Amino acid sequence: MSILEYNGAAIIGMAGKNCVGIASDNRLGAQIQTVATDFKKVFSMDDKLYVGLAGLASDVQTMHNLLKFRQNLYELREERSVSPKVFSNLLSSLLYEKRFGPYFIEPVVAGLDEKNEPFLSAMDLIGAPSYHEDFVVSGTATANMLGMCETLYKPDMEPEELFETLSQALLASVDRDSLSGWGAVVHIVTKDGVITRELKGRQD
Amino acid sequence: SAMGVAGPNSDLVNFSEYISKNFALYQLSNDGIQLSTAAQANFCRNELAAALRKGPYQVNILLGGYDKKTSSGSLYWMDYLAALTKLKYGAQGYASNFCLSIMDRDYKEGLTQDEAVQIVEKCIQELKVRFLLNQSNFLIKVIDKDGVRVVKFGADPADN
Repeated sequence: MSILEYNGAAIIGMAGKNCVGIASDNRLGAQIQTVATDFKKVFSMDDKLYVGLAGLASDVQTMHNLLKFRQNLYELREERSVSPKVFSNLLSSLLYEKRFGPYFIEPVVAGLDEKNEPFLSAMDLIGAPSYHEDFVVSGTATANMLGMCETLYKPDMEPEELFETLSQALLASVDRDSLSGWGAVVHIVTKDGVITRELKGRQD
Repeated sequence: SAMGVAGPNSDLVNFSEYISKNFALYQLSNDGIQLSTAAQANFCRNELAAALRKGPYQVNILLGGYDKKTSSGSLYWMDYLAALTKLKYGAQGYASNFCLSIMDRDYKEGLTQDEAVQIVEKCIQELKVRFLLNQSNFLIKVIDKDGVRVVKFGADPADN
């Protein structure tokens, strides 16, 4: 029983043409038992900055609060919004600070930078970042998600097509993972705004 | 509001007293204003989460409250790791293995107080039938606009 697999989660971030998508499942479990089917794991830090947190639910909530706090501090001092890569770096530092007693989360950052270019990054629980132009995944179904994304992804997708691709990749992945699922939430971020849709998948 | 707490008595008593006294302090310091149920739940979570890596409390909680502001009740589920979620119905401990299925089936939106209590009684009956521990005494409380009150106080087993 790994602590990172106690509550269950599945998160994908995917880039398109001047847009980025991030999606997560809705399940909150205590090992095999499902406790809630509406547990948020993707949070909007800004209109063009989203962060998805997979792992121990308690730390997901703690880190969300911490990130909001640090983002507020940054914006008070800097008098400007945080850019995705700075936010990603902040998150990485916060995690490494707890190197020998870490937060049990594996985050995904998805956003549009100042030039409205997509930004994606993923980290492990001690803050080791990796940056990708195509897609990033995290959670208990990473093997499934990586396979689905690798197959379905193509570069420069428009928002509507990105939504379809992201949704199909996530839904198919969680169906083969007992710890994640119970529906999904998909956010597609473009320069004009964000469209959030809820998916009804297999409710098991 | 009222909080159902499960766990070793030491942690149970220390944690719940600490939390409830803090709510009382808030009321005293803020001219009688009561914290909303959501605020109470989140305060509880923050305390549990802070203690998690210092000196954890092994308590699982169900917090139910009624807010006059929104004229609605709400239920919050929190495990000992400080994961918090708002639920329509919930259970902690062994009860969840038996009772969640009953509530999954019987719960519907807009239940009256009597209907809700009936479902709780159904859950208790199920435990009496299927759970290996013989627990004859259950206490049912209701929280509404008039506060917290006991609806059913189980019989004293010594009387049998």
